[in-house]
Amino acid sequence: MAGSTPSEYIKHHLQNLTYGQLPEGSVRPDGTVLSEATWTIAQTSEEAANMGFWAIHVDSMAWAIGLGVLFLFLFRRAAKSATSGVPGALQNFVEVMVEFVDGSVKETFHGKNSVIAPLSLTIFCWVFMMNLMDLIPVDFIPHLFTLAGFPYMKIVPTTDINVSLGMALSVFALILYYSIKIKGVSGFVGELTLHPFSSDNFFLKLLLIPVNLLLEGVSLLAKPVSLALRLFGNLYAGELIFILIALLPFWAQWALSVPWAIFHILIITLQAFIFMMLTIVYLSMAHEDSH
Amino acid sequence: MNINLTILGQAIAFFIFVVFCMKLVWPPVIAALQERQKKIADGLAASDRAQRDLEMAQDKSAQELREAKQQAAGLIEQANKRAAQIVEASKDDARKEGEKLIEQARAEIEQERNQAREALRAEIGAIAIAGAEKILEASVDASKHNEMLEKLAAEL
Repeated sequence: MAGSTPSEYIKHHLQNLTYGQLPEGSVRPDGTVLSEATWTIAQTSEEAANMGFWAIHVDSMAWAIGLGVLFLFLFRRAAKSATSGVPGALQNFVEVMVEFVDGSVKETFHGKNSVIAPLSLTIFCWVFMMNLMDLIPVDFIPHLFTLAGFPYMKIVPTTDINVSLGMALSVFALILYYSIKIKGVSGFVGELTLHPFSSDNFFLKLLLIPVNLLLEGVSLLAKPVSLALRLFGNLYAGELIFILIALLPFWAQWALSVPWAIFHILIITLQAFIFMMLTIVYLSMAHEDSH
Repeated sequence: MNINLTILGQAIAFFIFVVFCMKLVWPPVIAALQERQKKIADGLAASDRAQRDLEMAQDKSAQELREAKQQAAGLIEQANKRAAQIVEASKDDARKEGEKLIEQARAEIEQERNQAREALRAEIGAIAIAGAEKILEASVDASKHNEMLEKLAAEL
C-alpha cells in the first residue's frame, strides 16, 4: 500500500488507521458504491476524512492503551512487592521515577492534593513511552502491518493530534474543576472578569469586565491548546523528518537518522517532562486563590 | 489529521490510567519510600544512641579502673604497715626474750658466785683455824674463837 512517489509515501505514513462510518453513496477504492452507510476501516485518506467526527483512530488508541497498560503493569508489579528493605532493580527504577515526579510536584505545587502527583507520574511515563515509539524505524512496524492487511499503521500515538488534545482537554477539565472547587464559582468568575484591569469606580469596573474576560479567557483557553499543540507539533515534526530521511537511499540514511534519533531522545524526554510540568503548574495556578 | 472520537477515547483511557495509578501504584511506592526513610532515620538515631552509650560505658569503666587501682594501693599500704608492725613486734619480743635470758643468766651467776663465796668463806675459816692451830700449837677452841672467825670471814 505504500505509495510509489515520495509524496504518497509520506502521506501514507501520516495517515492513521481509521475505523468509522462511511456515508451512503461512497465509492470504495475497489469501485463498489455503498448503498447504505457502513461501519468500516478507511482504505484511503479521503475515506478517513469523510468519516467525520464519529470515527476512531484504531492504531493510536491501541498503541496508546497498550503502552499505558505496559507502564501500569510494570509499576503495579513493583508497587505490589514494594519493600522498605533493599529494593530490586524494577522497584529501584520505579522509585527513582516516583521520587523524581514527587520532587517536581512538591517544588511547584504547595497545596494538598493526592491527585496531582499520580497524575503527573502517569502523564510523564505514558507520554514518554508514546514518544519513544518515534525512535522505532519508521517502516518496521507499519510494513509488518501492511503485510498483515492493514491499510495504515501509525505507531506513535502522540503524533496524532487527537491523543495529545485528548490529554490536554482532560487536564483542562481538571483545571476548571479545581478552580471552581477551590475558589467557588463566584471566585472563578471573578478571576476571569475582574482582573487584570480593575477599578474602584463601579461603572468603570463594569466597563472593564468584557476586556478582562477576553484577556483571561484567551489565556485560559490557550492552556490546553498550547499543551496539546506543543507535544503534537514536536513529535509530528520529528516523525516527519524521520519519514523524509527514510526517503534517502538506504545506505545514506544512517548519516542523518542516527544524529536525529540521538537528538530526538532529548526531545521525547523533554516533551514528556514539559507536558507534566505544565500540568503541575496549571493545576497549582488553579489552586491559588491569590486574586 | 482528522479530529474525531479518538479524543474521547484517549481522555477515557487517560482517566482510567490516572485512577489506577492513584489507587494502586502511587500509595504503595510512596509508603515504601517513607518507611525506608523512617528506617534510615531510626538507624541513624540508634547509632547516635549507641555512640553515646559506648562513651558512657567507657567513662564508667575508666572510673571503675581508677577506683580499683586506688583500692589496690590502699590494700598494699595496709599490708606494708601490717608487715612493719609484725616485724616491729617480733623485734620487741626477741629483745625482751633476750633481756630475760640475760637476766636469768645474771641471776644464776650471782647465785653461783654467792655459793662459791660461801664455800670459800667456810674454807677460809677452816684454813685460818688450821693455820692458827698450827701457829699456836694448841688446840683452839672453835667455839671460843668462833666470833673472831666470823669477823674474819665477813671481812673477806
